[in-house]
Amino acid sequence: MDKFLVVDDLKVHFPTVDGVVKATDGLSFELERGKTLGIVGESGSGKSVSSSAILGLHRGTNAQVSGRILLEDVDLLTLTNEEMRQRRGRDVSMIFQDPLSALHPYYTVGNQIAEAYLVHHNVSKKAARKRVVEMLDLVGIPQPDRRVDDYPHQFSGGMRQRAMIAMALINDPTLVIADEPTTALDVTVQAQILDLLQTLQREFNTAVIIITHDLGVVAEMADDVLVMYAGRAVEYGAAKEILTHPEMPYTWGLLSSVPDLMADPTEKLVPIPGAPPSLVNLPPGCPFSPRCRHKDKVPGDLCTTALPELTPGTRGEGHLKRCHLANPDEIYHEEVAS
Amino acid sequence: MWAYIVRRCVMGLILVMAVTLITFVLFFASPIDPARFACGKNCSEEQRDQARKALGYDKPVYEQWTLFMGGLVKGRDFPADPELRKAAPELVTHCPAPCLGYSHLNAKSVNDLVKEAAPVTVSLAIVALVMWLVGGILFGILAAITKGSFLDRGIVGLTLIAYAFPTFFIAVFFLKYLAVKWQIIDYPAYTTISEGGVWAWFTNLLVPGFTLALVFMASYVRMTRAFVLESMSEDYIRTAKAKGLPQRKVLFKHGLRAALTPLVTMAGLDFATLLGGAIITESVFTYPGLGLLTVQANAASDLPTIIGVVVLAAAAVVIANIVVDISYAFIDPRVRLG
Repeated sequence: MDKFLVVDDLKVHFPTVDGVVKATDGLSFELERGKTLGIVGESGSGKSVSSSAILGLHRGTNAQVSGRILLEDVDLLTLTNEEMRQRRGRDVSMIFQDPLSALHPYYTVGNQIAEAYLVHHNVSKKAARKRVVEMLDLVGIPQPDRRVDDYPHQFSGGMRQRAMIAMALINDPTLVIADEPTTALDVTVQAQILDLLQTLQREFNTAVIIITHDLGVVAEMADDVLVMYAGRAVEYGAAKEILTHPEMPYTWGLLSSVPDLMADPTEKLVPIPGAPPSLVNLPPGCPFSPRCRHKDKVPGDLCTTALPELTPGTRGEGHLKRCHLANPDEIYHEEVAS
Repeated sequence: MWAYIVRRCVMGLILVMAVTLITFVLFFASPIDPARFACGKNCSEEQRDQARKALGYDKPVYEQWTLFMGGLVKGRDFPADPELRKAAPELVTHCPAPCLGYSHLNAKSVNDLVKEAAPVTVSLAIVALVMWLVGGILFGILAAITKGSFLDRGIVGLTLIAYAFPTFFIAVFFLKYLAVKWQIIDYPAYTTISEGGVWAWFTNLLVPGFTLALVFMASYVRMTRAFVLESMSEDYIRTAKAKGLPQRKVLFKHGLRAALTPLVTMAGLDFATLLGGAIITESVFTYPGLGLLTVQANAASDLPTIIGVVVLAAAAVVIANIVVDISYAFIDPRVRLG
């Protein structure tokens, strides 16, 4: 067996009246069991669309999905709808961003978690309930045998996300996709939830894809990082390398946008100017070039005419970057990070 | 919860009282003199005054209203004039509480008139309610799950036609073609259960019931379609899919549960409105319900009957409102009455 999860040249295109929206355009990455991949990018960069494709959630919509998604050597895109449905929630599960809207308001938390278990296990409702109480206990819900009958609105935000995690892990999946699991939560609760995810990941040896725009979460959780921009990977590699020696101006921009508690308070944050491009009819050249502060360091008009290839960077094996700059590491440490 | 129910009932009573007061004021502001109708064409000024006194119309509006409200609570004796009652005790009619008034034209208390007419209206309303709920929800769901297809467009187009044709046209069309010209059905005539049995009662209600249901069905198809589409795009539907639930369970357990809840409100209030009488349908089919009673009373300036039916209809709407609100506490776990 090769790698646990291999995503190869994944494309998710949505035909619309204005043209084809290329939400994900040729995305490739790999993931081992027990490891965590952080996917980072602004809203609309294709993070969630790509991960929904792994679960097959675009089936039955007008999305055109192509490429390969190999999970333990089985290409998920070639499975029938019924085969994919049986894997969904059992082999691959997902934790969603806003647990209040992701849980059904009219059913109890226990009912909704038990449903996830019952659809993949032929057991009695009583046995399922027992398993749900165990899971709620595992994710740290106090008095789980009582809270199992509560409705989502009776839970606090952190407890709702814990319940979502219990739902995602109840079938012991090998791959968990967490789509901005902490965005809707208080900072103190965020840390607890991330801690819980890490503990459970170690216990079950789960592979985790964590989608976020919070680089703090990446630093805390991820082994590898994939930075996405306009539906494509722009930098990919080991987290500790990319967070300290990024070689793509967009990654620099993301890092400079994060406030540093230790920094001089009079120092201003450096936001990335402009807005992400429309994914319909992307102009030729690097999609980030209109917002890039460093494109004048590239000779000629290469940045606006040619899309840079994803080429090996200098930071170890597997480090890839999509940029025309010849000596990005130098520029970063001299101009950006200082 | 009981405190809430009591408070709502008290508010409802005040509302019904206000409706009666407004009805009284409106009728006495009109130029119609009910005494002239009661007295007949060849009637001297003197006789007319006498008739007015006998009917109780000589008193000021607020006094008549107090008498009416007193009758609702305690019951009343007619004629209203105590001297007349003393002069001819054999002609006194007692109208027990809740007394809705006395129709001189029909020489009957309004309660008796209502008792005869209400079963017709209630039967018609129930048959229509069942028809439009079943048809509306069924076709609404069908249109929603085949959104954009020919079936969806066909259903939505048909609802437009059903909307566009007025009820009196549809009623006359059914009568002329189905009953008279092609003689597919017997000419519908209201039959009570005690007269003709349940089957005759039911079959005679089918055509008027369908006529009445048609316009409601059209709006319920469109509402159901919109609610289902809205509910199926919620986050909790994505969660349900991500669990690996089969599509029909996603739709029927998760989608419809939320989509059909607002229909409870609509159906409750629409049904209550019909309890005041389906004026057009009853008139065209000459079904002797509250609607036909109102039309006849209107034509004859039979004020007591009109006021009685208005009070009854208002009470039905007020009660339905309270029932719908209370039922919400059982349908939606997030609603707490208080």
